[in-house]
Amino acid sequence: MACFLVPVGEAVVTTVVQKVVERREKKVGGERIENTGVVKKDSGEKTENAGVKWSQRLGWLNKMLWGGAILLALEHVWHGEVVPWPPFLTAMETPGEVGPMLHEMATYGVAMAVAVTVVWAIIVVIAELRAKAKALPGEEVQAVGGGA
Amino acid sequence: MWFLLTALAAIIATALWYVNSPGDKYKLSLLSFIYWGAAIMWLVDHVIAYVQEGGAFFEINAEATGLGFSVLLLGLFVWLVVLLVSDPKRVLKRVLKK
Repeated sequence: MACFLVPVGEAVVTTVVQKVVERREKKVGGERIENTGVVKKDSGEKTENAGVKWSQRLGWLNKMLWGGAILLALEHVWHGEVVPWPPFLTAMETPGEVGPMLHEMATYGVAMAVAVTVVWAIIVVIAELRAKAKALPGEEVQAVGGGA
Repeated sequence: MWFLLTALAAIIATALWYVNSPGDKYKLSLLSFIYWGAAIMWLVDHVIAYVQEGGAFFEINAEATGLGFSVLLLGLFVWLVVLLVSDPKRVLKRVLKK
């Protein structure tokens, strides 16, 4: 009926969070350059790894939530549950259907949003583990390079 | 049927993204995220409906197939709009300058 509205709601929140994180990362990156006066390759890479990645990771969640919700909206239009005129949701036209609609949002909608978020969290954990695994040999190479 | 088609599209888009990685010039990651998001949501929808109401897990008929292809087209359309707006090869910028 309107289950896709729950992922849309989450997508709005995570998009705002992503923008805030992105702005903070740019600010932190800029301050570091101002303080040191020099953009060191090593520090630059660390900033990128620690900062930009999080806005990028939130971007993955946003893409899944927005993309999924848009395609689900088409399915609802196809089934006549969403119409292009107010109140847009056909369930809203009948008072008796508002309760079941809210129940569906609370069950199907919340479960969908949680499932997408869990899959995203798993992807982030895998990416984090791979980044750590890659960072370890890199540090050894830098130490050898610095010593020589 | 639309869940199966979307899941298949997600797998193909992910494979194409992997073949082209580490670069993502054509934003294939966006396309795979769009399809994966929808596939996960429909999987949850199908599982809950199956547990609560029973019946067939997959709806396989002409209408469901039509919806499936419409969904795939919408996903491709969204991806294409984002790709053309970002214009990674600067093709549109060159055309508009002329």
